[in-house]
Parts: sequence; C-alpha cells; structure tokens
Amino acid sequence: MSDLHANAASYVRNEMLPPSDPPAMQTGAIKWLRENLFSGWLNTILTILGFAAIFFLLKEFTPWFLHGVWKANSLGECREIIAATWGEDAHGACWAVIRERWNQFMFGFYPRELYWRPILALLLLMVALAPILFSERSNKLWIAGGVVAALVLWLSVSYGQFLPVGILVVIAAVTALLGSRGAQWPSNLIWFSGLFPGLAFWLLWGGTVWLPVVAMLGFVVGWIAFRFASTVMGAIVGAGAGVVAAFLWWYFVAGPLVDALTQITGRTQPFWLRGVDSDEFGGFVLAFTIGIAGIAISLPMGIILALGRRSDMPLVKGLCVGFIEFIRGVPLITLLFVASLLLNYFLPPGTNFDIILRVIIMVTLFSAAYIAEVIRGGLAALPRGQYEAADALGLDYWKAQRLIIMPQALKISIPGIVSSFIGLFKDTTLVVFVALLDPLKGITDAVRASIEWKGVYWEPYIFVGAIFFIVCFSMSRYSMYLENKLKREHR
Amino acid sequence: MKKSVFLGTLAASALLAGYASSATLDDVKARGELICGVNTGLVGFAAPDANGNWQGFDVAICKAVAAAVLGDASKVKYVPTTGETRFTALASGEIDMLARNTTWTFSRDADLKFTFTGVNYYDGQGFMVKKDLGVSSAKELDGATVCIQTGTTTELNLADFFKVNNMSYQPVAIQTNAEGEQQYLAGACDAYTTDASGLAATRAVFADPENHVILPEIISKEPLGPLVRHGDDQWADINRWVLNALIAAEEFGVTSANVEELSKGTDNPEVNRILGSEGDLGAMIGLDKEWAKRAIAASGNYGEIFAATIGESTPIGLARGLNAQWTQGGLLYTPPFR
Repeated sequence: MSDLHANAASYVRNEMLPPSDPPAMQTGAIKWLRENLFSGWLNTILTILGFAAIFFLLKEFTPWFLHGVWKANSLGECREIIAATWGEDAHGACWAVIRERWNQFMFGFYPRELYWRPILALLLLMVALAPILFSERSNKLWIAGGVVAALVLWLSVSYGQFLPVGILVVIAAVTALLGSRGAQWPSNLIWFSGLFPGLAFWLLWGGTVWLPVVAMLGFVVGWIAFRFASTVMGAIVGAGAGVVAAFLWWYFVAGPLVDALTQITGRTQPFWLRGVDSDEFGGFVLAFTIGIAGIAISLPMGIILALGRRSDMPLVKGLCVGFIEFIRGVPLITLLFVASLLLNYFLPPGTNFDIILRVIIMVTLFSAAYIAEVIRGGLAALPRGQYEAADALGLDYWKAQRLIIMPQALKISIPGIVSSFIGLFKDTTLVVFVALLDPLKGITDAVRASIEWKGVYWEPYIFVGAIFFIVCFSMSRYSMYLENKLKREHR
Repeated sequence: MKKSVFLGTLAASALLAGYASSATLDDVKARGELICGVNTGLVGFAAPDANGNWQGFDVAICKAVAAAVLGDASKVKYVPTTGETRFTALASGEIDMLARNTTWTFSRDADLKFTFTGVNYYDGQGFMVKKDLGVSSAKELDGATVCIQTGTTTELNLADFFKVNNMSYQPVAIQTNAEGEQQYLAGACDAYTTDASGLAATRAVFADPENHVILPEIISKEPLGPLVRHGDDQWADINRWVLNALIAAEEFGVTSANVEELSKGTDNPEVNRILGSEGDLGAMIGLDKEWAKRAIAASGNYGEIFAATIGESTPIGLARGLNAQWTQGGLLYTPPFR
C-alpha cells in the first residue's frame, strides 16, 4: 500500500491534513450563547431583558439576604444591628424571628418536653416508607438507615426516653428474623409499614397504646373473616363478611377491650403516653400529619373509585361518579368549612369529633376524587388487548386488576398521582381558615402578633416556602426516579 | 342511645344549638376548663409567646373568668378564631365565651343571638398617614388612596365618612393587618385605616415611627367586648360581673397586690361585698363568695391589665383616653355591686 503513495504524483497530498479548529463563532461558549441566547433579534431582546430583570432582582435582594441578622430578640434589635454594621440606610432580613420561633414553626403549641414524639414519628415514617418506595437494596439505603438509627439514638439520649431505642431494637430484631428466613432488605420491613399508622397516631396524640392496637386488630379480624368466609362462600360474600366482622369488632369489642387492657397496664410508660390535644398541633407537625395521612389514604381510595367508575354495575358506577363529580365540583375550602363549622350543628352537643380528624377526612376525600380521575386516565390508556389477555388467562376480576391492569395503569399515572400529592401537601396550608395553625399563615400571624416580631413580613414566608419547596421537590424527584426505573419500552 | 341523640339533633339542627348551652356553667365546671375564643393574633390583645402561652388584654378577661369559675386562671383552653369562624364557633358551642376584640353592634346582638357582656375596650377607627404628605386632619384626605381591610366594619365606616364629608377616595383592598402595613410602607396607599389601637401598635414597630402620624379624627365607635350565646343568662351574668368586678376594683383601688389583704375586710362596704367578706353576691350567680377576689388576683384589676398589655409603658403605648374610669373622664362605669 505504501508503494501506491510513493508512486503517486507529487501534487497529490499523501497524508491527511490535521483538522483545523472550527471557526471561533462555532465553538465553545460563544456557539452556545449564539444558539441559545442570541439566535435571532427577538431572542436577543428577550435575553437582554431577562438578564436585566435578574440583575435588578439580585441587586435588590442580595444585600437584603447578606445583611440578614440571626441573633436578635426583636425586630427593633434586628434593625439596630443592621444599622450599626451596614449603615443607616441598609436593609436586611431579620432571620432571628425564625431562630427564636423555630419551635413554633415546627411544632406549633405541641408541649416542648414531648417534641421527641413527632420527631420519632417522622424518623419512623422514613423507615416505614423504605420498603414501599424502594425495592432494590443499595448502599445509599444502608447509609440512610444508619443515619435514621443514629438520630433515633440521639433522640433517646437527649430526651431521656427509652421508647425510641426500644422501638428501634424491635424493628431491628423482627427485620433480622424475617431476613434470616429469606426476606430481602428493604422489603423485610414491610410489616413495619403496616403497623406505622397506628404507631404514629399513638406517638402524636398519646394516650393508651391499646387504642391503636385494638383498632388495627380490627383489620386482622376482618382479614381472617374474609379468608374464612371466602373459601366457603366465594369472594364477594367473603369481602362483605370481612367488612362486617371488622365493624362488629370496632363497635362492640374494641371499646371494652381497650378499657380492660388499659385497666391492666395502668398508666405506665411503655403502654401510656401523655395525651396531646389536637389544638396543640401546629406548624409543620400539623402540615405533615394531614399531608401524609391524606396521601396514604387517598391513593387506595382513588384506585377503588377509579375502578368503581369503570365498573359495569350501575349502582357502584353511579355512586362513584356521583362522589367524584360532587367532590371535584366544590372548592376544598367549602369542604373544610363544612367539616369545622357545619358539622358542629349536626353533631350531638358534647361530642368531641376531633378537628384534625375531620380535616384529614375532608382533605382525603378531596384528593381521592382527583386521584381517581388520574388513575382512570391510566386505565383508559391501556390497550383493550391487555384486558382481553387477562381474561384469556382465566384470571378473575381482582387478580386481573392486581397482576395485569393496575401495574400498568399506575405506571402511566405516576406523574399525575404525584402532582396530586404535591397539591394535597400544599393545600394543607388552607386549614388556617378553620382556625388550625398551619405553618404558612396561622403560625406566622401568631408570631407576628407579639410586639417583638410585629412588622416582620417576608422572612417567615420565605422560610416556610423553602421548606415546602424541599418537600415537594423531593416528591417530584422521586416520581422521576420511579418513572425511569419502571420504564419498560425503548430500553 | 348515642345514635338517637345524633338523629334528634340532626332533625332539629339549628333550633337545638341554643339548647346545647343551657347550662354553660355546669359544663365548664364538669370539664374543669374554660374554652375561650381569642384572636389568632393581635398585638397586645391576644398573642402566644415563644413558649406558646397566650397573653394579652383579651386573654386576661378569659383568665379572670376562669379564675372566678374554676379557681384557677390557668385552666383556660384558648381557641384561636378568625373573623369568619368566631361567631359560628360560639353559636355551635365549640367555645364557652368569645373575647376577641369584637365590636358590639345591634345585629350581632339581636340577629346573631349573642349577649355582649360589657365593653372592655372602647376603640374607634382612625387614619395613619406619612408625615411628608402634609395632612393634619382626615378631612384633608379628599382623593387619597386608602388601604382598607375588606369585609370588616371599618370598610363600611370609611365609605360613610367620605360620603358625609363629600370627599372621594380610592380604596386599596388588603386582607390582613400585616399586608396593610407592607402596602402602606411600600407607598401603595396614602393613608392606612383601621382601629386606632391597631394603628398605634403598627406605628410603634415601624423603623421610622416619627415619620408617620395618626390623624386626630376617630370616625367610628368600636366598643369591643366579650360575648356569650343567647339563652344562658346565668353564664352571661357571670361574664358581665367578672368584667365589672375588674373595672370596679380599679375604681376602688383594689389591686392584685392588695386584694388578699383587703378581702379580710375594709371600711368600704362595696369593696367588702365585691371581695366576699360581706353578703354573698357570688351565690346569686352560682359561684362562691370569693369569685371576684380570684378574678382580680388572676392578672390584676382593669387598670393593671391595661398597663401590662397595651398601656403607655408598653411598646404599643395606648393612652387610657375613653377607657379611663368615669371619675377620670373616661367611659368605664360599673353598676353598683349590691
């Protein structure tokens, strides 16, 4: 081959020219700028305007942020400090209000010596969520687990309580036992996810431990009745028997049983926690309680409603359509007002129907109606062939839903479901209208009503907004993670 | 049993709302706790501190009632109520009494079926303007933009005032006091109007209070007082006379410091009757002899409460003005304890 080159005419270049650099306008930052910011006269104008806007915003706000004061006891003191360090005309943020009232923003009027209970509930929530949100073991999960365990230990030590460590030990022991029998981490924690609602209720509101225990036993009773009856009389009768058995348990057995067990154990620590009234809840404890309870209950409820709406049974369909359309047709505030004010007129005098419970019910119903429609969208997007394939395999209705239809429909609906959840979480701030102390306005107004902090305006809003952003953004990121993980096509 | 009560209540819903409260005193005693509706937060009148303890001028009234009825000023559960929820909360029996700087008006008394048990603060609507506007009287505000909270009586008062004086104004609607302050400071309006006590508190926390003036005109009457439901006169009497006892205590020089000593007996028979060393007025309202003594001991007499929460020694710095004793040229005048 080299002969060919050697014999070639001298005017033929016998080696490749080194590639020269692209023109300066077509490379690096300049190219990027030209293509993305200055690609035409309209874009150029918009870019300049945009930069001008950002510049003026930063010019206004950067000094305000930089001059922020963290240590002061009142707004007046903040102003003095800012004037002393940055000159008379300087403006600055008074973050001291957040530091001083941090506990109120976080816990509302929850008794100070009991703060470990909501914190423990939040940490255990993460443990309970692990097997639901993540199915594969990973190092990150182990690290997160270690951090949670360390925090629980710290909680035990700093509040002098043995309950957090006790719960941690029980979790570790049962999980290890399940692990030794072949269950995989983190799904060997799923038993704890089932127990968590009762545990969280007990930690947050206190009282006797037997109330949540006996209440959750109702589900077990219902399940046993269902299994027993369905083998004898079929699934539909079995389901009915399960529901009836659970209700019988709650109505007739639960009350006396709780009283009897409380009598036996007395008010000793592992069985009794000091009661906390609902009106002592506030701030982010309230927002998280309502938000998480609403999210946890509204998803299964939404699935049932979506299936009901596509059902062939006219009664079921009618009820579901009526419910969904009614709830979606009224504003959430209306429902909250009904829950807090109108119900009082109808309930017998002296009935104490917990206000947070009422709000959770209303928020859940509201969210369930929206989620039902989102999931119905997912169901409608499935090709008919999937339903027919399920039938062809001889699966009954529930098996077909569980094994074939729902996994696909839910996967399609993930973005919609998560955005409903995010909406629900942000809507928890609306409870301020029924005189519950939400972090955004309820607590902020209460804080501002003290003479020390009257006149503080932006700081609490920015702080609360930032926390809401963190939570909502995390939900959004998780939804993207899940979408990527479940992506089956075009891999 | 519970179910039948439930159905019965359902059927007769609103009519029975009054029945529910026929013996509030017994309910409160049985519960061992007074449930008092207060503002969600109003400087000087009701606000929680960093530890969550409620304090303020209205809160002191709740404490006094709790002390008189239950013997312990701390046995109060404070329910923060908003402008929208306050009346329903009281009517439905969710709270025993409402001490939430509520203006005593004809329709609230007669139509909403509440009993105002007195006036604990005589307020009135005023204006605040920036000094460099060069206005010294509200009558010079023709054509001004005015920041005004929507849905309140102040909004109606403002319209009346400008109409009577043949002036025009441009309202700037705001939702809350905090928002009003921001709008006013940002220059969205020339004048900010709300109750004079609120204006004083607002001005007190400005960075430059000297550049803002509160105009001398008070354009409305806002007698603020505690209230209870119609239909339980005994409970209304208790509330009324607890407030009267606080006011009378100031008139006769009974303070939280000397109440213990004076209750052993004094030369003044009226003081003796109030403090229970003579006669038995307490029995007439279903309480014991020392009810008023405990009420006064809770946070002091009217003057002490005023001075501690909103008076001139506090940053809010309100003068007594109309809220002075009748002997000092004010409007506070209690009927005799006899």
